[in-house]
Amino acid sequence: MTLIGEVFFWVLGATAVLSGAAVFWVNSMARATYALAISFVAVGLQLLLLDQAYLGVITILMMVMEMAVMAVYMIMFMGMNPALMPMSMVHDKRLSLVTALVTFALLAAGILLTPWPSGRPAPTEDVTVALGMALMEPKMLAMIVLSPVMVATIVAGVSLSLHRGRYDRYGDDLERAAADDPQPGGVGR
Amino acid sequence: MSDPVVEVDPSWAIVGALLLAVLVMIAVALDGMLAARAQGGSAAASLRWPAAETARLLRQRRRSTVAADSLLWRIGGAGMLVAALLKITVVPFGEWTLFDFEAGLVWFNAMDALVWALVWLVGWGGNSVHALVGGYRFLALAVAYELPLMFALIATAIASESLNVGDIVAAQSELWFIVWMPVAFLIYSIGVVAFSVWGPFGSSLGADIAGGVAAELSGVDRLVFFAGRYGVLVAGAAFAVPLFLGGGSGAVLPAWAWSLLKTVVVLAAFVWVRRKVPLIRPEKFMEVGWMLLIPAGMLQDLLIALVMVNR
Repeated sequence: MTLIGEVFFWVLGATAVLSGAAVFWVNSMARATYALAISFVAVGLQLLLLDQAYLGVITILMMVMEMAVMAVYMIMFMGMNPALMPMSMVHDKRLSLVTALVTFALLAAGILLTPWPSGRPAPTEDVTVALGMALMEPKMLAMIVLSPVMVATIVAGVSLSLHRGRYDRYGDDLERAAADDPQPGGVGR
Repeated sequence: MSDPVVEVDPSWAIVGALLLAVLVMIAVALDGMLAARAQGGSAAASLRWPAAETARLLRQRRRSTVAADSLLWRIGGAGMLVAALLKITVVPFGEWTLFDFEAGLVWFNAMDALVWALVWLVGWGGNSVHALVGGYRFLALAVAYELPLMFALIATAIASESLNVGDIVAAQSELWFIVWMPVAFLIYSIGVVAFSVWGPFGSSLGADIAGGVAAELSGVDRLVFFAGRYGVLVAGAAFAVPLFLGGGSGAVLPAWAWSLLKTVVVLAAFVWVRRKVPLIRPEKFMEVGWMLLIPAGMLQDLLIALVMVNR
């Protein structure tokens, strides 16, 4: 990385940390959510500086979309309903502080105590493939199991929280030809 | 194989931005002319209208509202133009590009994801009910159009085996992608019109909610927001050219002229659609997006993948 690249990298790192902390300083759900979005975008740009083109851009894409949707939920469900008014972003301060410090200490200890590989030449081309191999290769089975479990969790969560299921829409024996919806959909069902 | 596009000096970005501005003006003037024809106004006045409206908004005093979240409001308002400018960096103009990025396709997609945040932020910032309703409408619409749009973009990546826009153009040297992936092109066009809050997808700027997201925008804020909104429409039209219409390929004329010509044609079609298709309610379009467009996009991708595997 060039000198300018390194300066950018550290500036982005500081931006990511500070805007992450700003999530708790600001007094509005919208600002907190988008402070977090800025933090993620900064990390995505750092990945670009590490030549992880696809990973960097996809991080920005996913996180901006996720935060846009999250803002809606934060404002709907958090705080004195709904969180359209200024409000504090911290609660249960003592326990939160202890949890945060313990987590930080654990992670920092992990970083310091891990025997990081050294002496191996860094890959110069296909860095995305190299990163994928380094991260996933020994744990591919776990990764493969993880994704159907996640999808099943999402499907189960949605069907448990569904306001109106197919029996409401099509009748107890699913005998109705057209669904009985309070708001008809766009494809004429 | 020689590189299909050449990355030019960053200072050419100014020319790119000016080109975007000219195309925005063309889109505004065309929309004005179509409006004049529909409502019986004067076509000459509609040609003057872009400049006149710009001058009017520049002179207009900037209004604010009680307890507005100005920071987020301004970020949202100015961001649309920034997103449009960032989008066109990966769009080749003839054989030149500003940013020959290996993941250019994903870059464009990431920039249109920014629009999700920006439109909602404009709706939120003004601390106004109608604007916020507009912001929520846009997010509801976004959930419906974005996934089909992604499947449409993926189709071009599968067929060219690359995420680089230059490679996608090169892969169309024999056959333009629009010919054998018309469904992807249609879904892409729907996506562009939708993320530009345009025509049938303009309910978040709807008159029924007093202008929606833009209800409280005035003066230069309004000018920048609407310029940016036309900007993303132009960027979407320009990106359709390398994705589906063979980029700058064509007879007689130089490559840049073909790029420009094709962009103007696609842009004109997008502008024309505004007065031809009625407004679609976001919750109705949700079902269209997920029940029709996503399966259609997936089938299109499957078909292309099968062709590529058996080639």
